[in-house]
Amino acid sequence: MAMLHIVNKSPFERNAFKSCLDHAVAGDSILMIEDAAVGAVDGTVFSSDLKAAMADKSVYVLGGDLAARGMSEDRIIDGIKVVDYAGFVDLTAENDKTQSWV
Amino acid sequence: MATKKFMYVNRKAPYGTVYALESLEVVLIAAAFEQDVSLAFIDDGVYQIAKGQNTDGIGMKNFSATYNALGDYEINKLYVEKESLEERGLTEDDLMPIVWEDEDDDWAEKPSIRIVSRAEMADILADQDVHYSF
Amino acid sequence: MALVVNGVEVATDEEGYLEDLSAWTPEIAEAMAKEEDVELTQEHWDIINFLREYYEEYQIAPAVRVLTKAVGKRLGKDKGNSKYLYSLFPYGPGKQACKYAGLPKPTGCV
Repeated sequence: MAMLHIVNKSPFERNAFKSCLDHAVAGDSILMIEDAAVGAVDGTVFSSDLKAAMADKSVYVLGGDLAARGMSEDRIIDGIKVVDYAGFVDLTAENDKTQSWV
Repeated sequence: MATKKFMYVNRKAPYGTVYALESLEVVLIAAAFEQDVSLAFIDDGVYQIAKGQNTDGIGMKNFSATYNALGDYEINKLYVEKESLEERGLTEDDLMPIVWEDEDDDWAEKPSIRIVSRAEMADILADQDVHYSF
Repeated sequence: MALVVNGVEVATDEEGYLEDLSAWTPEIAEAMAKEEDVELTQEHWDIINFLREYYEEYQIAPAVRVLTKAVGKRLGKDKGNSKYLYSLFPYGPGKQACKYAGLPKPTGCV
């Protein structure tokens, strides 16, 4: 019963993202949208937490939100998949459940 | 009326919420009152002035170009916190090169962005008369 | 409110500003001016063109103070003053010239 976790708050501003990582289980997927997209960037104070979660979870970021904030795809953590809105829809369909961490 | 020091504190990334755009609009409107205006970019606020913003994928207006107009409004003190940049894996090179033209120096272009430490930022904030937080 | 230019209806808001910035043509500016009994000269066009370039670069219509200073720098000090700008655009250089240029009302212009 895999779950899709959707995060839309920056990990630098609030603890919603951290809380998501603490509650997601192996096999789950995490999608970063809106301000959470900046969490995909490598070399930040948050990137090691996300990399640890990626050991047994799939992580995605909405490309449009990343580009809007001036962060190019070549600076995100290796292994994070960039998706568009269609990919967002696919993720919600592929997973049994969805939880938003607002 | 004596000039007061106005500080606009920006702590949020653009687009996800309306704070960044609202702050910018208030700054432009308030510029008409000819006060001493400064902007601070702390925490996720640093993303507001990141270069290369492209909003084609999210269907929202890209207002980042407007920060380059601040110089025309005599707003040329944009304080950016060094630690906030570092925590996000960013450097000054990732920011737009925002400048202002000095009318008294044959319109020479001068940088508006001033990178300051967290301790310096605390002092700068303490030195203001009025704070607006976004 | 709608303006008819060359037989085509152009959408404007209740104050006469163009609804769709990208729909602007010089003919629309001419038609807006005609409604206010203004005949557009090269001097008017210098200001209108400046405003369009400014918007293209910064995504805002400049405040009158900014416009005045920039015109002085670009077109000469004798033109960088409100007297000159008001002689061209008696309803207010910000409001009237921005309208003809197809821009939204300047931020901070009430």
